[in-house]
Amino acid sequence: MSASDSQGVAASLFRTCPSTGLEVHGPAERLIRAHAVVATVMLLVGGIAALLVLLTRWQVIHLLDAAWFYRILTVHGMNMLIFFIIFFEMAVLIFAGPLLLNCRMPAIKTAWGGFVLMVGGMLLVQWAMWTGNADVLFTSYVPLQAHSHFYLGVILFAVGTLVTVGIFFATLVVAKREKTYEGSVPLVTFGALTAAIIAVITLLHGAAIYIPTWLWSMGFMEVDAQVYRMVWWGLGHSSQQINVAAMVAIWYLLATLTVGGVVLNQKVSRIAFVLYILFISMASAHHLLVDPGFGSAWKVWNTSYFMYMAVLASMIHGFTVPAGVEMGMRLRGFTQGFFGWLKRAPWGDPGFSSLVLSVVVFGFVGGITGVTFGTEQINIIAHNTLRIPGHFHATVVSGTAMAFMGVTWYVIPLIFRKRIAFYPLVKIQPYLFAFGMLIFSLAMTFAGTFGAPRRLWDMTYSGAPFDVQYSPAMDIIIAVMAIGGLMGIAGGGIYIVSTVWSVFFGKPLPAGEEAKYADSIPAGLVKRPWTEVPETDEDPEAPGRFGAVPGTVVLVAIFFVAFIVYYFANWALLSFTWQVG
Amino acid sequence: MYENGIQPPKGVWWKPAHRAEKVWIAIAFAWCMILFAMMPIWHLRGGQNVSGIRHKVDPADFRERTNEFIEAYQVDEDRGMAIVEPPPGSDIYLLGMMWQWRPILRLQEGAEYILHLSSVDVNHGFNLHPFNINFQVVPGYDYGLRITPTEAGEFRIVCNEFCGVGHHMMVGRVEVVSAEESRWSGTDPGGPEAEPTDQAGGDR
Repeated sequence: MSASDSQGVAASLFRTCPSTGLEVHGPAERLIRAHAVVATVMLLVGGIAALLVLLTRWQVIHLLDAAWFYRILTVHGMNMLIFFIIFFEMAVLIFAGPLLLNCRMPAIKTAWGGFVLMVGGMLLVQWAMWTGNADVLFTSYVPLQAHSHFYLGVILFAVGTLVTVGIFFATLVVAKREKTYEGSVPLVTFGALTAAIIAVITLLHGAAIYIPTWLWSMGFMEVDAQVYRMVWWGLGHSSQQINVAAMVAIWYLLATLTVGGVVLNQKVSRIAFVLYILFISMASAHHLLVDPGFGSAWKVWNTSYFMYMAVLASMIHGFTVPAGVEMGMRLRGFTQGFFGWLKRAPWGDPGFSSLVLSVVVFGFVGGITGVTFGTEQINIIAHNTLRIPGHFHATVVSGTAMAFMGVTWYVIPLIFRKRIAFYPLVKIQPYLFAFGMLIFSLAMTFAGTFGAPRRLWDMTYSGAPFDVQYSPAMDIIIAVMAIGGLMGIAGGGIYIVSTVWSVFFGKPLPAGEEAKYADSIPAGLVKRPWTEVPETDEDPEAPGRFGAVPGTVVLVAIFFVAFIVYYFANWALLSFTWQVG
Repeated sequence: MYENGIQPPKGVWWKPAHRAEKVWIAIAFAWCMILFAMMPIWHLRGGQNVSGIRHKVDPADFRERTNEFIEAYQVDEDRGMAIVEPPPGSDIYLLGMMWQWRPILRLQEGAEYILHLSSVDVNHGFNLHPFNINFQVVPGYDYGLRITPTEAGEFRIVCNEFCGVGHHMMVGRVEVVSAEESRWSGTDPGGPEAEPTDQAGGDR
């Protein structure tokens, strides 16, 4: 790696050459800003909804009435899982395309057209939800029916998203043709490309289900309840796989930006991304394991993503990301012992702490529970219980959203050229958010193990003909869940306040003067460890006999043991219930 | 020797992986094969599966079968809701509708039944409380599950799929009685020919 290429990348990120830099990246940056700002507004709306839902499920407070609970739960799901995440991902695509490849952005007007479509569709959905015309929850299972504008809004949003994804593909062609980079695309761009391809697969499923459902809502055709569930989850689950791919790309990005992490092996990491594209869309089956419409062969084949090849991909990234960090640190002289590199890592840099917490919670809680509940028979003791939101809050919230938040602390100085407001609070934000969501997810998982249903307004079942008694521990578990949730919401609040304040009222950050403002921007931006990778012919010395990255080997070994224990404990739990089949 | 994540790798990047990486991939791959094998193995050896007997069904037909089933085996009622005690080994019906489960089932400990689940309106969720056995109940589909209650007692069926504003009121009841207490004691428990079932019981 020669110094000149890294200069190229650095220039595109830092505009050390403002005349050309501005000219080339201005339009792309404005688009990134627009998407990021809308994403943050969506996060705010979804976050307020989260608070209301939480304070209702916590029976001690039981804030909302039944109708508003389900309405706000719909708002929470749509704003978080669709609007916040996809607006953010579009910003990530524009970053990973024109900015990382240092090329111009093609079809800028069309890109704005896509953005307008997304916003228009989103507003239509918001109207339907807030006026009580779409009390159908995020999944909108037919034959529960919403106003036709709800489905139309989702369709418009999806078309807008497809436009932006298409422009990302066009950007890759432009960069290649205009030779703005030499060699292959960077790994982060490759990961974003993976996310973009999965997005296309996902959105095609979305079209395949929302267009018929829209027509159904106007009385033009019938939609089968089971077919809806299958095709809808082709959208619903696959859209979470866009998140996984985008999140992993951001893991590699944050590793690079915060500590100068390296790519241990391009081949391995890229193959793992390709496995995602090939197999991850089969996960629709995770939601249909105890459904009447499908046979066991279909269920086993699909729920396992073709014999767990997408799980293999995640396990590979779970190794290569920390290994890249470890190697990057060892190359810079942090070679002491197994974990000297971790001890000396910049834990006060919110980008780095977000990265570590995202990897750990996503892997240990989200990944392990997901694979376990996605097992055909184990799903009998997990389906539709709180174990399911327990799982996906660990993946989507303390995994994906945590990673997205972490990269924001770099985006604000790099793209918006602002210092970060309330930086001391921001330093603790990742810990508050991730630990809060960790407690929340674990408590939900426990509550679900005792059979507590998800999506339920009243766990005392008032008005039901028969009483339902839970274990006395349940009240405590729900209280712990509420405390964890409130911590997470507080962390989310710090994120929103700081990002909004920084962007709109923040103090400017003059290019090249990062070192002066080290107390209000992440440490990685001052040290810039990504501008150069130390040259070596041999890997640095490492203790033990586990090769060049012994610390990572120990960490994944701990992960593997936890995985095995949790997985087989669930088989044991299943074997105690009534015989069924 | 290394690039970072935002540098375009030049030349041939198809290089051999580190040994630790190769070993981890091999372990992960082997684990994936174990994960995959466990599901077919449980089909052969395990007592809890999801295969069932599955058919499409007209919701009106399913309601009709449930009514016939209730008529044939009703033994009592609880606040207007029928309590039904079908013979061991028979086809039994549970209908989900906004917002109740029909009927109340009285089953015999240790006996096998074929439990047919369906809905006449929207999706519902079958959650057998407190055992935490869960199945999706989809309108237009009959999910016939061979089920064996393993202990006597009072159980609940809680709906755990959102089905409208009265969702939380949708609680049903299952009683499991010992073989001696059963109305059918003396008949061959679990035998498929224990008692000729009604027309509705014939599952095709």
